This record gives sequence, C-alpha cells and structure tokens, in this order.
Amino acid sequence: MVRLNLLLLLIAAACALATVTAQHSARKLFQSLEAEQERARQLEVEFGQLQLELSTWATAPRIEKIAREKLKMNVPEAPRTLSAALGQR
Amino acid sequence: MMRLKGRLAHKFAESPLLLLRLPAWRSRLLALLILGAFALLIGRAFYLQVLNNDFLQEKGDSRYRRDLEISASRGRIADRNGDVLAVSTPMKSVWAIPADAKLTPEQTQQLARLLEANPKDLSRKLASEKSFVYLHRQIPPEVAEKIAALKLPGVGQNTEYRRYYPTGEMTAHLVGFTGIDDKGLEGVELAFQKQLLGRPGSRSVIKDRRGQIVEDVGSIRPPQDGQDIRLSLDSKIQYLAYSQLKQAVAESQAKAGGVAVVDARTGEVLALANWPTYNPNNRESLSGAQLRNRAVTDAFEPGSTLKPFTVALALEKGKVRFDTVIDCAPGRMTIGTATINDAHSHGPLTVAEVIQKSSNVGAAKIAAMLAPQEMWEMFDAVGFGQVPELGFPGEVSGRLRPWKHWRPIEQATMSYGHGISVSLIQLIHAYTVFAREGELIPLSLTRLEAPPPKGAMIYSPQTVREVVAMLEMAVRPGGTAPKAQIPGYRVAGKTGTAHKLEDGVYAKRYVASFVGLAPASAPRLIVAVMIDEPSAGRHFGGDVAGPVFASVMAGALRTLGVPPDSPLQVVANAPVAKESL
Repeated sequence: MVRLNLLLLLIAAACALATVTAQHSARKLFQSLEAEQERARQLEVEFGQLQLELSTWATAPRIEKIAREKLKMNVPEAPRTLSAALGQR
Repeated sequence: MMRLKGRLAHKFAESPLLLLRLPAWRSRLLALLILGAFALLIGRAFYLQVLNNDFLQEKGDSRYRRDLEISASRGRIADRNGDVLAVSTPMKSVWAIPADAKLTPEQTQQLARLLEANPKDLSRKLASEKSFVYLHRQIPPEVAEKIAALKLPGVGQNTEYRRYYPTGEMTAHLVGFTGIDDKGLEGVELAFQKQLLGRPGSRSVIKDRRGQIVEDVGSIRPPQDGQDIRLSLDSKIQYLAYSQLKQAVAESQAKAGGVAVVDARTGEVLALANWPTYNPNNRESLSGAQLRNRAVTDAFEPGSTLKPFTVALALEKGKVRFDTVIDCAPGRMTIGTATINDAHSHGPLTVAEVIQKSSNVGAAKIAAMLAPQEMWEMFDAVGFGQVPELGFPGEVSGRLRPWKHWRPIEQATMSYGHGISVSLIQLIHAYTVFAREGELIPLSLTRLEAPPPKGAMIYSPQTVREVVAMLEMAVRPGGTAPKAQIPGYRVAGKTGTAHKLEDGVYAKRYVASFVGLAPASAPRLIVAVMIDEPSAGRHFGGDVAGPVFASVMAGALRTLGVPPDSPLQVVANAPVAKESL
C-alpha cells in the first residue's frame, strides 16, 4: 500500500513539473509567433510603401519626359509606320 | 470550622459553575446563530462568484488582461493593369494630455524640431485648457520613433493611415480622395466606400509585467482589410486624355473641359479626365470649380452631336433614306416666331450630307417628320434625362422635358441638341449604340471579368451601319471635322458647337464638343471631348475638340494594339465644310 502511494506521488510530481515546462515553452513559442506576426505586418506595410514608390517612379508624365528628353524618342510619323498583319507571311 | 474545612475540601475542577444546569435552548440558539452566519457568508460568496460576478471578473481582468485593436487598412485602388492609383500607408499622430505634459524648455525645443513646428505654437498647445490635443497628425513613422525615444511625459502616439495618390491630378476626379479619418469624400473613394473600408479586429491577451503578450484569451476577431478595387481605367490612356485635354484647354484659352474614353466592346470607362483639376495629395486651397467632376456633374446643351440620334430614328421609322434629299436652302427656317439658322447656308442636301455638313435646318426638317413621343422615347431609351448611376457623387440626369409639353420649335431644336442637356458621360454612353450595332450597354467603372450584360436594342444594325457611314463622312474631307482623322484608321464622329445658356438666354459663349468611334469597320473605342468656352478665336467643335479626339483616339488605339483598318495616308488640305452651331 505504501509503495503504491509513493509511486503515485512520484507520478504526480513528474506531471506537475511537465506542466510547468510545457507552459513555459508554450509561452516562448507564442512570443516568437507574435514577433513573426509583427514582422509580417511590417513587411506588409513596407510592401505598400514600395508599391507607392513604384507607381510614383512609373507615372506616365515622368516616363514621357525621360523618353523624350533623355532618350530622344518620339512618336513615329505616319509615313514611317509599317503595319504588319497578324497570321500572314 | 467544619464549614471552612468543607469548603476547602472541594476540588478546584469541580467548579460550582459547571454544576449549574443551563437551559438547553441557549446552546442551540448559539449554534443556530453561528450556522446562520455561515449560511450568510456562503450565500454572499455564491452571489459574488456565480450570480453577480461581472464586477469582480472585470476587476480581475483589468489587472492582467488587455483588449488590443488590430488595425485594418483601407483597400487599394488600382487601374485595370494593376498600377496603384490610391494606397494607404500607416502614419503616426502625436498627441498630448496638457495636464500631464510638463516639459522642460529643452524638451519642448527638441519636440518642436522633430515636428518641424514653431516652439511657441507648441508651448501654446501644451498650455491649453483642453484635456487632449493633437500636436501633429500623420507624421512619418521614422520621426515618430525618434519622438517616442524622448520619452516625454504626457505625450503619446497613435497609428493612422494616410492615403497617397501617386497619379495625382491626372486621376483626381475619378479616384477622389478621403478625409483624415479614412472616409471617402469624392469620386471612387466615396462611391466604393463600403468595399474599400477595412474592419479593425480585436483580441484579448494576457500581458506580463514587461508588457509582452503571454497568451491569447477569449475570442479573436481577425481584422478585415478593405477590398482592393480594380478600376476599368487604363492609366496610359488616362494620361493621354489628360495631357491632351490640358494642352487643348490652354491653347484655346477655355474655361474647362472633359474627355472620356469608353471601350465599346465592354462598356468599361478607360479614361475620364477633367480640367481644371487638383492634386489630391495636397488639398489646401481647393475651389469648387476644381473639385467638380464635370464629365459627370455638369450637364450642357450638346449641340449637333445629337443629330445622329434624330437621323437614326428617322431612318429606323422609314421616314427618310440615306439619300433622301432635304432642301436646306436658304439656311433659315421659321417655326412659329422663332427662326433656325445654319451658320453657313447650304442648298439641297441628302440625309447623309445633313450629318456630314451638320445642317440645323436639315435636322429640324427631318425631326418634323417624327412624332414628339417617338423622339422622346428614343432620347429616353439612350439614357438622356436619367441619372447614369455609375455611383459617382453628384451625377446629374440632364434635362429632357416630357414630350406632351413640347412646342414644335422645341422639337426642332432638340433634333440638333438644343433645349436638351446631357452630361459628357451620358453622351458617350448614348454613342455606344453606334459602336455596337444599335445595342446600348451600361458603362462600368470597374474592370469587368465577365462579358457585359446584354443591353437593349435601340436601333436595327442596318440603321446603325448607315449612320456610322454618315459619321465617317463628317470626318472625311468635305465634312465638319477633317482634323479628327487618324492615319491608319477609319473614324466616325460628330462635331458639336453649342451656344451656352446663361440666365435663360443664349450667350455668345460656346461649348465645343466631339464624339467619335474608331475603327469604324469594327468599333473598339469611343472618345468624347468637351471644351467649355474656348476663346482663342476658334470655337467650332471640329477645330477645338476634333484634334483632341484624334490624338487621344490614335494613342489609345496604339496602346491597345488595335489593328489599322485603312491605309496610312491622310488627305490633307482638303476643303472643310463650314460647321453649323
């Protein structure tokens, strides 16, 4: 009888310690999950900002200005245009 | 002596008190009282823990539990190719509780430098009587971090979203803008407010002593970001329309103008530009004139651009044929007390030439063959006098009076677009019937994934083919708008030049317009141009609006890769028909 009780006590103590460890690691993991989620939010924000920057650089007036002034491009006049029909050789 | 001895003899433990026989009820009463007190305590505990536990629960929660709001961002607005037209990015707003914010002069200086504010203004704000003041709203997160690092007492921050519009004034009227609290105030931002708006979520957490989140408790409501809106707009075509309009308004010293481009195959609005415009990123000094989305909110008398509708109806009803001759001499016609004029008198003209040369007298004579009710029904069917319901704020219906009250002169003037008013968007919408063999489909501001719904048939395909042929003549040499020709494409279109109504009288101010479609063999695009009060000497639609149409249409066709349907030569220096008002 005494032996059985001792065994049960031992098991109870082990379970209690396991609970403590599990709780601790759960909190650790939860915190790192939190950190990652925060990072994901930050990246989302950064994505939005980069998208904004992209469309600011790529506005049509800016493209036209660079094409005309820096690259000296212009729209071809009608006589210099040749139309190629699709599917014919 | 014996007595004394007797007393001493009795034992201490045998206290006479104990020998007293107390009445039994006394102990029972005491036991009952104690029992009653216990019952009271248990009852109270039961009441606090089970029946009315909110208060204590709340007190307990407030020690360790925190409700956090998870912010959701407003949806992005993009054009049909995914280029961003409006996007939200988080900013910080700095606030202070003046009663708690006791700053040293150096701290105030530092804060003022970071906020780029005047230290005096800042001190005044901090000394105010209010319990809460914003020191600066919407500053970049980097600056906000520096301010947070100062650890000033009574100064805090919260996150707000700021909306950016990279395309700026180019798409200002279409996209609109939001107020400081993320509420759409104009344009698509207002029209699609419900979809764009995000719903912030919330979660309850347990925080530890250091403020770190330890555990989620209770339910989490995930935040719902606002939906992204994909407009039907094509930024390249929009830029083309905007820049050409801006240039044309400047050259003709006009008051205002508008250009709309619609895809004839789907009814999608590919471009919608207005002048004057504004920069939605900086709205400090805005006037109502700048803000108005004229293409939608301003109705004008369109003038001759309505003639094709009258002629199409007459063709449809079999009143005239393509080549029926109408005598338009001597360029005047009197109905009742009013006289209709052609700006340049013509002799006998065929119906096709009435459109080509834009004769008012001819149009009025054709209208006289039609019943008022028929004309009204047709105008009504193509959407005049009705709100277009694109969802824009302030859409107007224009004016189309009930036919029962029409006088003969009104019917005559309506045939060439006076006495009736429409907005530019209504006009371009109505022209879809000529681009789709008589079918009228609804316009769409958003990119359509499915083919458009089947529209109502207004005219028969045969009638439309004939009218389109007439509209092509108007653009060729001998028509009113040879400047609207585009090398490589067949163009069909109609000019309009209308006197402006001012206080009920026609003034010597004009609205020049042009509506056309191309390629005429299989219409892909419709472009409508309106220039308000051109005043640089020319005011005819063919001169002022025609060239804008040609450059916008040519650029848009090239952008979309529409194959040419005619040789590349343009007949230049050909005689131009004098346009009517």
